[in-house]
Amino acid sequence: MENLKIELKEKIIENLNLEDLSIDDIQDDDTLFGDGLGLDSIDALELIVILDKDYGIKISDPKKGKTIFESINSMAQFIMDNRN
Amino acid sequence: MKTCYINGMGCVSAQESTNFETLLDLFKELKEPVVKVHKPTYKAYIKPAMIRRMASGVKNSVVAANIALKEADLSNPDAIITGTGMGCLIDSEKFLKKLIENKEAFLTPTSFIQSTHNTVGGQIALALKCNAYNMTYVHNATSFEIALIDALLMIQEGEESVLVGGVDELGDYTTELYRLLGQIKEEKSLSNGILKSNSIGTVFSEGASFFALGNKKSKNSYAKLIDVQIIDTCTQEEIAKKATSFLATNNLTVAEIDVVVLGINGDKDFQDFYSGFQQTLFKNTQQLYYKHLSGEYNTASAFGLWMAANICKTKSIPAVTKLNNKPENGIKKVLLYNQFRGENHSFTLIESC
Repeated sequence: MENLKIELKEKIIENLNLEDLSIDDIQDDDTLFGDGLGLDSIDALELIVILDKDYGIKISDPKKGKTIFESINSMAQFIMDNRN
Repeated sequence: MKTCYINGMGCVSAQESTNFETLLDLFKELKEPVVKVHKPTYKAYIKPAMIRRMASGVKNSVVAANIALKEADLSNPDAIITGTGMGCLIDSEKFLKKLIENKEAFLTPTSFIQSTHNTVGGQIALALKCNAYNMTYVHNATSFEIALIDALLMIQEGEESVLVGGVDELGDYTTELYRLLGQIKEEKSLSNGILKSNSIGTVFSEGASFFALGNKKSKNSYAKLIDVQIIDTCTQEEIAKKATSFLATNNLTVAEIDVVVLGINGDKDFQDFYSGFQQTLFKNTQQLYYKHLSGEYNTASAFGLWMAANICKTKSIPAVTKLNNKPENGIKKVLLYNQFRGENHSFTLIESC
């Protein structure tokens, strides 16, 4: 689980061009959107693609996105629960 | 018809053109066949939240536009007009690469959104919160001049201010294609300069130059923009007549031009277009060149205009730009001529004010 969280942070930094951040700057329970990392709706689409492409998980219910992408913790848990 | 003044200019180029005292001590001749821009401090001009999605062409344009508007003391122009030959190449390449790698699946929006040619004009407008006329022109090496014609017409017809610029960026894959096509010089080092290289191809680079045009002269005004003309195709024999005709349209003769600025890029296959100007038509005129400083790209002529307008204002010519040495009788009327690979010819006429 810890390795997965580090991997997610690395993917988020790379795919969302967060050049000024390192994985140490993102806490596991930081809010990804809004006041936390400040991600926006375009980033949400990038995160959906990361889940699909790298972990084979499709989000069938868009309403669940808000909970899934709340933090690194919630993303990692969702992947653990749904990965084949 | 209103007069058009260049009241502010900003330029990001292979030179340190966002941070200099005078042109005289700015220019250094490019020594490699592919040269990227001298990066300005982007964060001084662009919000961190916006910067992360911008490729270099967009960032360079926002910086150049900011400097031009600041010089002209302008916050919201009546129009934003952009010329770009190849658009946002870096994001286009990124998008297409992912398309192939992911077998047309998993496409993310960022690169696609940022890859369109009008991204530059859009991002400048977003940063300024400017809802005015916003247009992007794409036509190879006359992209900037077409934008300039639109801007000039708007000022002449009554708009108070127009922001106009030219931008292109280097994309790694596209640069490699240009290299394969023989458009980039094969020499690894150009220590003797492009004029003495006697080889095909040129030095490739990138850049963004923006101009704040206005219908009123200000204390910062650089020059008057008098006229712009583009000619898509033309033979070497015809081009001198075209130049004379362009000047005649503006009630001028060749003898009345104080400085001619040529887009010579060191490609021996297309040098003859300029040779006629150098050896015959403008042999008694002070001749300058700039692509050994800016490199070649579709909108490099915007760098040429930036340099020429600076010279118009300061009345001093950097030695490194001179093709010949003529006694200076004041710098009033300046003609720019550019072409790329025998096509996309353009004339731009400016006058000191």
